[in-house]
Amino acid sequence: MTMNEIQLLDAIERYIRGEMRSDERLQFETLRKSNAEVDQLVVEHTLFLQQLNHFGGRKQFRSALNDIHTDLTEQGKIDSMKLKGGAKVVYLWKRYRRVAAIAASIAGITALGISALVWAFAPKNNSQTEVLGRKLQAVEKAQRDANAEVKQLKSQLNTKPIEFKSGGTGFMIDGKGYIVTNAHIIRKSKNIFVINSRGGEYRTKVVKMIPERDIAILKIEDDNFKPVTALPYAIRKSSTDVAEPIYTLGYPRNDIVYSEGYLSAKTGFNGDTLTCQLGLAANRGNSGGPVFNKEGEIIGVISARETEAEGVAFAIQSKYIFDAIDELKKDSAYRSLKLPVKSSVKGMAKQEQVKKVLDYVYMVKAD
Amino acid sequence: MKPLSDERELLKGLANSDKKAVETIYLENFNTVQALIINNNGSTDDAKDIFQEAIIVLYEKVRSGSFELHCRIKTFLYSVSRRLWLKRLQQQNRYSAPGDSLEQVVTVEEYQEAHEQRNAEFEMMEQAINHLGEPCKSLLEAYYLQKQNMQVIAASFGYTNADNAKNQKYKCLMRLKKIFFAQYKNGNDDE
Repeated sequence: MTMNEIQLLDAIERYIRGEMRSDERLQFETLRKSNAEVDQLVVEHTLFLQQLNHFGGRKQFRSALNDIHTDLTEQGKIDSMKLKGGAKVVYLWKRYRRVAAIAASIAGITALGISALVWAFAPKNNSQTEVLGRKLQAVEKAQRDANAEVKQLKSQLNTKPIEFKSGGTGFMIDGKGYIVTNAHIIRKSKNIFVINSRGGEYRTKVVKMIPERDIAILKIEDDNFKPVTALPYAIRKSSTDVAEPIYTLGYPRNDIVYSEGYLSAKTGFNGDTLTCQLGLAANRGNSGGPVFNKEGEIIGVISARETEAEGVAFAIQSKYIFDAIDELKKDSAYRSLKLPVKSSVKGMAKQEQVKKVLDYVYMVKAD
Repeated sequence: MKPLSDERELLKGLANSDKKAVETIYLENFNTVQALIINNNGSTDDAKDIFQEAIIVLYEKVRSGSFELHCRIKTFLYSVSRRLWLKRLQQQNRYSAPGDSLEQVVTVEEYQEAHEQRNAEFEMMEQAINHLGEPCKSLLEAYYLQKQNMQVIAASFGYTNADNAKNQKYKCLMRLKKIFFAQYKNGNDDE
């Protein structure tokens, strides 16, 4: 019986799972008896598969438990805290905290929070605003995402794998492969990948970083990438009216997520012209995502949110994308770069718009 | 109180990860455990953590097949939760003897040790898998955890055929085993 290692492992797995025909099984058992190495492999692999099964089983069960917990909480069947003695302080403090948050958003304490905004655009964190980059380290990746990555990494398989630590959203601003995202997502990362909603994954390099405005421009440098002739949306140069409905697409998790809201202030606190304020539920991972108005024009780049008041996010105004591009174009290598100024989805229903623009919003992963 | 036959049915359901059974156990026991945790310096999040860990202990016990429960599910979950919470309080130096209320408690130390061993093993496997990186992680998860067959995997990962996917899976598996066993052998030497 001669086999290569792959076939041997295959046989061992079928043996352990009891998938062998009786004659094959007999033959295999003979081999096992006569060859100590094979026998050792069977023992070791049985243990290993057991461990792997435990792992998978517990993981699945855990997620089922979390689903049940969420369901029961939503139905109001659990979480009816019966409070006795010692818990009072905790309870009161919790309640106080909640009340304080509500009071803050009503009574204008929020405005104090906004003053901290300026800091949020520096890469460091601030207690009032929270930069929305998503920690990806332990995030399970959707299987289809792996599609392109398989090709990408096949050759490097035996080298050290890249561990992605930071993630967010980005969007294309030029069909040749230029993508805008937040500088705080990229920081000093060396390996930056973008993934579109179909799972296509491309390696990029940073061509421009403007940390003080929290803008980074990436360029896809990947043989698998096919340039796009025209982007469906425009990037708006002038500002937008307060109360105008807006929406965003981003990757707070592995799937692209849509959320909508309105522009609540043209500027940040104290007339800070760098930012605008949005009434929008943003999550970690929405950072770097495009803010569209109803015409399908990008009016900003999501960057931070209020931690005290729910549903408040901040965006860098889109005119600063133009500034960044102007800077970049001083380098002759990027002279041909052109921002889209005409939206072809204008007047379409929102669902139709989203369908068209979806393909150009990317998940950004950085190590 | 429910007849014991109902309890046996619930345990059977739990062993098969039957959603209805798990939900029933959850619903019937969560509030008691939550009250225990909250009345002893814990938060609602702690309660969720501890309670879910206790259910996992029970789940893994009933799945092992050789397990027989000598008390009510409620008593078991409460006792395990109490033990787990005491341990966590001790680790955080916030220990204060919990005022045991009316709930009945059984000794669960025997499960504790096995559970901790399992936790350690779970973490080793998790770390090893996360250490793999892509595409290995997704590839092995698809085959070994989601039990997809090689043809499906080859198609969804963009391999030209199942044999190519199998080769790739083999390489990934060898790496995973190497990482896992390096930790596993270390971990067991310590004891």
